[in-house]
Amino acid sequence: MAKDININVHHVTRVEGHGNILVNVSKGTIEKIEWQVPEAPRFFEAMIRGRHYSEVARIVSRICGICSVGHTLASVKASEDALGIQISEQSFKLRSLLKHAENYDSHIVHVLFLAAPDLLGAPSVFPLVPTHGEVVKCALRLKRFGHEWGSIIGGRTTHPTRVVPGGFTDVPTEQELRTLRKRITDEMLPDLNTALEVLLSLAGKFPKFERQTEYMALHSDKEYGLYDGVIQTVMPDGTKEKYKVSDYRKCTNEYVDRRSTAKWAKNKMGSYMAGALARVNNNFDQLHPEAKKVAGLLGMKPLCFNPYLNSVAQVVEVVHSVHEGLRLIDELLAAGIKREPLVKPTRFGSGTGAVEVPRGILYHHYSYDKDGMCTGGDCIIPTNENHANIQHDFEKLVPELLKADKSEKEMELALEMLVRAYDPCISCSTHYLDVKFTR
Amino acid sequence: MSPKTKAKVAFFDFTSCEGCQIELTNLGEKAFMGLLDHIEIVEFREAMSEKAQGRIDISFIEGSFSREADRKRLEDIRSRSNVVIAFGACAATGGVTALKNHMSDYSEAVYGKDAKMPHLDSSFALPVSAAIKVDYSVLGCPMSQAEFVEIVSSLLHGKEPVIPNHPVCVECKKKSTLCRYGQGDHCLGMVARAGCGAPCPADGIPCEACRGFVDHPNQEALVKVLREKGGLSEERAFNKSRIFTANLRSDAVKGAGARKE
Repeated sequence: MAKDININVHHVTRVEGHGNILVNVSKGTIEKIEWQVPEAPRFFEAMIRGRHYSEVARIVSRICGICSVGHTLASVKASEDALGIQISEQSFKLRSLLKHAENYDSHIVHVLFLAAPDLLGAPSVFPLVPTHGEVVKCALRLKRFGHEWGSIIGGRTTHPTRVVPGGFTDVPTEQELRTLRKRITDEMLPDLNTALEVLLSLAGKFPKFERQTEYMALHSDKEYGLYDGVIQTVMPDGTKEKYKVSDYRKCTNEYVDRRSTAKWAKNKMGSYMAGALARVNNNFDQLHPEAKKVAGLLGMKPLCFNPYLNSVAQVVEVVHSVHEGLRLIDELLAAGIKREPLVKPTRFGSGTGAVEVPRGILYHHYSYDKDGMCTGGDCIIPTNENHANIQHDFEKLVPELLKADKSEKEMELALEMLVRAYDPCISCSTHYLDVKFTR
Repeated sequence: MSPKTKAKVAFFDFTSCEGCQIELTNLGEKAFMGLLDHIEIVEFREAMSEKAQGRIDISFIEGSFSREADRKRLEDIRSRSNVVIAFGACAATGGVTALKNHMSDYSEAVYGKDAKMPHLDSSFALPVSAAIKVDYSVLGCPMSQAEFVEIVSSLLHGKEPVIPNHPVCVECKKKSTLCRYGQGDHCLGMVARAGCGAPCPADGIPCEACRGFVDHPNQEALVKVLREKGGLSEERAFNKSRIFTANLRSDAVKGAGARKE
């Protein structure tokens, strides 16, 4: 098959942020396969210098409007680690509940609005309004619910107000939590079941592709790691290894590779994957029974090596977060929710925080001077962690697609769908490196 | 825009977090489907693969103008659009992305030895109006959903949108929110432009003026109040208003204002 393929997707659509795909095949020989990130840098780590510890989370929240809850949580955790602050059990549970709201919310957007149109052969959700109007409305209700759920806890979901170092500036009332619980069971779960039926009917349409890689996620002995835990990776043979959060640089190893335009990360293998699939592969046993049931219906079990099924793992996590959310609400109600004073700093130094945001493990690290002013920071973003893995997937996928004699258009769609499966959040790229090379 | 044909609306993004676009999906079923009765979304990269053909009635631009390389894309959007609206704080004023404008070493601080690499070219973060003519702005970080609907509705009805020019303090009084200064905190509410409903002080945190200043803010008095009533150090009081209003301060970088027509 001595054919020519030229794919040049400038600014992949239905992803958050800007990414390009470049593939050149000349007379059947692959000359270039590239995943590029041309996002404008914003220098957040420089901008937080000289800011008071109470302001830092509200600034870095603006790294990303979609995972701003996650950035806020990673930020306050890092600040609390640096300032010697131990939050209360109630704050821990409220933050876990908020984390579930964000993962639910973001996964709903990705699966139903960004990924599903590909499975239905549509360029976006809008042409589906006349043909699938009820499902689109149901999707909009589910999305709006995520926003309301998060807002009850965090004040709002895009750049939350109430989450600060030391706890919460305000908490939901008992009545608000009771109403939230009732609305989850009476309004949201029926809509979710409708959406799940549609997704089950589409499950067979995900492309078949596998590549063995390393998967990194937070792991907690107490629960499926999202808000808290240690770093864990699982290798293709199933062996797992744990690392302390404060050692995050040892297992992320950001570096520059000439074949790529973005800063890459790796641990033991050439690249690793972060995100829903990485979490499911690491912590499947700790999923809620209802989530495991849906995983079974969708044919997902660990270890799953098909990156396209990251979207399926997100569906499984949506179910998990809804049921874990109910448990946390019940526990908060049983203990009696009350306003608590913010826990004050006991020291000023350096600290690290990690949380699982929708797209994977997120690290923030800060240092503070004796006045509580930030002297420097470091943020390692899941999308950046995944760039190398996307590139390696491309390098295995393109020859397979060529061998299967796929057309340029089919290849382009397969590559775009792969990028979308990672649900990249490129605005998050607080830092990346773009290496120009001569041809 | 005749009432019989839907207005063609497009969304574009530059240097931003895309949170304002996400706020659109938070409008929910009723408001969103209601909007679609009156407008047709013809381009919105974050949510759709379709690209606009022909004229666009209203273009919303999210994000600041921070790279000379983006000027051409902005000019192209302007030439295709009847109305251009800065969508959110970054597009309207530079927002939080302008927090680096007074620093000279931001690139070195983040990229170290690689700071001079050409792709990291980033100049001052400026409002979109520094590059092209902007007709209206939806303010806020994130943008206000209610104001967005109000502006779209006004334009469809041929009415001039009204953007408040009173301080956030008025909204706290209307809501009976306790003053942050009375709680041992500080706040920028007295010089911050209202229109958000003052959610931050109500949630127990200071207003940081994400919607910008009211016209003619007294910045010297602000620093004095932050220092004397808010208990901030001289330096912190002076720097406080850089978070969202760096480009609106009297010491803003050159070019931070709107482009001269």
